[in-house]
Amino acid sequence: MSMAVTQTPKTTKTSSRVLRYVGFVAMPLLVVVWSLVDLSLGKELVEWIPYLASGFSMNILITLCAVTLGTTAGVLLGLMQLAPFWFVRLPAQIYVQIFRNAPALVLIFATTYIFPFEIVLFGNYLPFPDWVKAVIGLAILSSAYIAEITRGAVLSIPTTQWEATKGLGFSRLQALRYVILPQCVRRSLPPWMNVASSMAMGTSLASLVGVHELMHAATDASTAVRRLDFTIIAYVVVMAAFFTLCYPIARLTRRLEQRFNAG
Amino acid sequence: MTASTDAAIVKLEDVHLSFGQTQVLKGIDLTINKGDAVSIIGPSGSGKSTILRCINALVTPQSGKITVAGTRVDQLTKESERIQLRKRVGIVFQQYNLFPHLTVLDNIVLAPIKILGADKTATVKLARELLEKVRLSEKADAYPGQLSGGQQQRVAIARALAMKPELVLFDEVTSALDPETVGEVLWVIRDLIRDGMTSILVTHEMRFAEEISDTVVFTENGRIVDHGSPQQIFHSTNNPRIRQFVGGLSGGGRGAVRDGEGI
Ligand SMILES: Nc1ncnc2c1ncn2[C@@H]1O[C@H](COP(=O)(O)OP(=O)(O)OP(=O)(O)O)[C@@H](O)[C@H]1O
Ligand SMILES: [Mg+2]
Repeated sequence: MSMAVTQTPKTTKTSSRVLRYVGFVAMPLLVVVWSLVDLSLGKELVEWIPYLASGFSMNILITLCAVTLGTTAGVLLGLMQLAPFWFVRLPAQIYVQIFRNAPALVLIFATTYIFPFEIVLFGNYLPFPDWVKAVIGLAILSSAYIAEITRGAVLSIPTTQWEATKGLGFSRLQALRYVILPQCVRRSLPPWMNVASSMAMGTSLASLVGVHELMHAATDASTAVRRLDFTIIAYVVVMAAFFTLCYPIARLTRRLEQRFNAG
Repeated sequence: MTASTDAAIVKLEDVHLSFGQTQVLKGIDLTINKGDAVSIIGPSGSGKSTILRCINALVTPQSGKITVAGTRVDQLTKESERIQLRKRVGIVFQQYNLFPHLTVLDNIVLAPIKILGADKTATVKLARELLEKVRLSEKADAYPGQLSGGQQQRVAIARALAMKPELVLFDEVTSALDPETVGEVLWVIRDLIRDGMTSILVTHEMRFAEEISDTVVFTENGRIVDHGSPQQIFHSTNNPRIRQFVGGLSGGGRGAVRDGEGI
């Protein structure tokens, strides 16, 4: 699982067309044709699809939660890193430096085994499910990346913009809120998309700590069926599913970028 | 300068300011009456911008008294107090510094609405009136990137005026402009001064300064070397430095050609 966050996506039109073709046409076509050629295989697959789908819904859930949480925390941490007071700045800097370089798998293992399996809240025992721990692990990682993205974006805004707000009687926070951050959004979108896609991919690591997600479901299925061709086709389904999870993120980002560019 | 101190809206008394070891202002005395237009001229690095920044509390002098519209600026200790002052004193910079992510209209209404809490409908109405005044009514929905330098600077002036300031500071507002667009900006400032707006201009446009100023101030090396009516400073001074400076600039034709015709 590569977390290529620092790379900016420079997908040319043709290569993105090839990707779309592979993801939305070639892989599904392979699955369908193979199932029809060997009907016994097709039958197995149809039986297992609901199970795989239930796993996949977990990937979607973890991705959405981790990205939302990580973005919120990351933006705050990024701004904290720029605070004029060291007691605000320093904790954020330490947090980011530690977690930015932590492998996703380590964080997921850590959160799984550090957090208890249930928590006591007002005398009630609430279960603390493993998938939530995976969310936290991925959110920590993405928040560290997004903190750096936010910090870089704020620093890239020319100081003359700050000067203009100052002259108009903005406070520092008002300047951030109304002038600086809105300009950061567009600049941060491509790297943010990279983080979001990485998190979507990273959800498959949750299978290693026993979360019932797509990879886990595919492993269960192939163990139960015990057919090589089924195993192959199950993982092709997994790949196509991850593609459909990441592709909309890329599309959405590009759409937003175009909208901002028009402005 | 006139004797009546009641009408003084800006008063600097023996203002000293240094950045680190560099002494930038070495005892500035300056009184500006309500409704006056004062031009500050002088060689680069003589402290002209710094005087303006003292007046709206962007920098704080080490010693001396600064009174602006009844407020002792040198005694303000909190940033919030300085912000209160800046809301009442407009400033326009050389690099117009419009907010690139907002339309012209939104650039103008942002601060009044968000910072002063002004009524939205009334502010939009005011903004449209100001746009008419700076002759840019048809550009209300354009983005800064779509405007020429002169047009952007006129929007910046309208943006400052939308705060209904008690006085406006102009810091070399035409220095970054193409020669063709200088005239339209000077035209707007001239109008403003005729309407009675108290204005302090740092400028290299000698012809313009001569035409619109009640008082011209010549600064050199952190001191006000001389001040007086435009007639005195430009035509009957005995100070060889001022003669050389004024002659050098207008003799070069910049001020003489740029200003005047067609506006
Ligand atoms: N923030 C700062 N820190 C250190 N030195 C500064 C700062 N701002 C200005 N100076 C110095 O103070 C001196 C006066 O600067 P100022 O900008 O007031 O001059 P000016 O008369 O406006 O010149 P110009 O015509 O070039 O704009 C300069 O020598 C400048 O280098
Ligand atoms: Mg200057």
